[in-house]
Amino acid sequence: MKDQALIAYTLRLADNALVLAQRMVELVAAEPELEEELANANFALDYIGQARMFYTLAGHLEGRGRSEDDFAFMRDEHEFRNLLLLEQPNGHFGDALVRQYLFEVFYVHQLEALTRCSDAGLAEIAARAIKEVTYHRRHSSQWLIRLGDGTELSHDRMQASLNDVWRYTGEMFSADAIDKAVQEDYSGPDLEEIRQIWLREVSTTVDEATLELPGDQWMAGGGKQGKHSEHLGFILAEMQYLQRSFPGATW
Amino acid sequence: MVPDPEIPVLSILDLGIVRDVDVDEGVTVTLTPTYSGCPATEAIEASVLLALKNHGVDEIVIRRVLSPPWTTDWITEEGREKLLKYGIAPPSKHSEIACPQCNSLQTELVSEFGSTACKASWRCTDCLEPFEYFKCL
Repeated sequence: MKDQALIAYTLRLADNALVLAQRMVELVAAEPELEEELANANFALDYIGQARMFYTLAGHLEGRGRSEDDFAFMRDEHEFRNLLLLEQPNGHFGDALVRQYLFEVFYVHQLEALTRCSDAGLAEIAARAIKEVTYHRRHSSQWLIRLGDGTELSHDRMQASLNDVWRYTGEMFSADAIDKAVQEDYSGPDLEEIRQIWLREVSTTVDEATLELPGDQWMAGGGKQGKHSEHLGFILAEMQYLQRSFPGATW
Repeated sequence: MVPDPEIPVLSILDLGIVRDVDVDEGVTVTLTPTYSGCPATEAIEASVLLALKNHGVDEIVIRRVLSPPWTTDWITEEGREKLLKYGIAPPSKHSEIACPQCNSLQTELVSEFGSTACKASWRCTDCLEPFEYFKCL
């Protein structure tokens, strides 16, 4: 069996991708225009694909025969290690967009660092995924600018979305023992370095969107350790229903 | 021989996703996915399996590799011509995309997204035909 920290780290990546994908799937057929409908569904599919690869890798590293479906469908809330940011409800179009943008800037740089890590399995998934997420980020940043620098109403609503979700961004950069172990033992991402890059990049876009960066404030955390907001349970209840009611069902 | 399920004029060789074929006592085919979430991945693997079985091969191993990640640069010259004939503009490094119907460069992007993850929607302002463009990846 491989190092526990590496397995736990891979599962966090998988859970992030799956939970965000699930939130995006809720928006299918609810987007304001057809182009966004296609964009959202395509991007959600990318995340589900990435989640599958990370879960499969985690199962392989763990060596206990757990499949991607076992991880996705047969674990409870406290076993999920996704960021709190990603399980927050979609809200209106701007809320979902801001959540998407703030995460994707982080994720692109996390993946970029992982392409250089010493675990070959993780590095090759990162190299595959970064191509997709770079494209997502371009899309979400363009919307942020268009709506922030749009009408008075869209500007105010984007500012409110940014203020609302900001407290969930700190968790991305708070390195715990697992982050540190992967950084040290596998040449993984340096979260402090990524935080600085993230802040610079986000500031530039937010500025171009004529919005203001929320100031320093109390940051929520715990998702990475399995302590979630009340929202995750509802996501899992819907997602896991079939496998819980009919374990092992296939079609 | 095995077509791409979403763009059936292209074979998987044209698409450049067959990375290796090893014929020993059985046959091992190494494939790489285009996009992480491409729903065609499993369908393609099943088609390869079936095609080999139909040719009397019994021992078949299908391997899926991620590295190096697939890029549109691996679409063959022949594949590009087939796409064009089919009415899909092949991936291009230029910012101007030629209309696959009339060859005009007077074209505009309608949407970055199309009927599948790999395509964008364009329109020709000369012949007014809408067309799809295979995005660079």
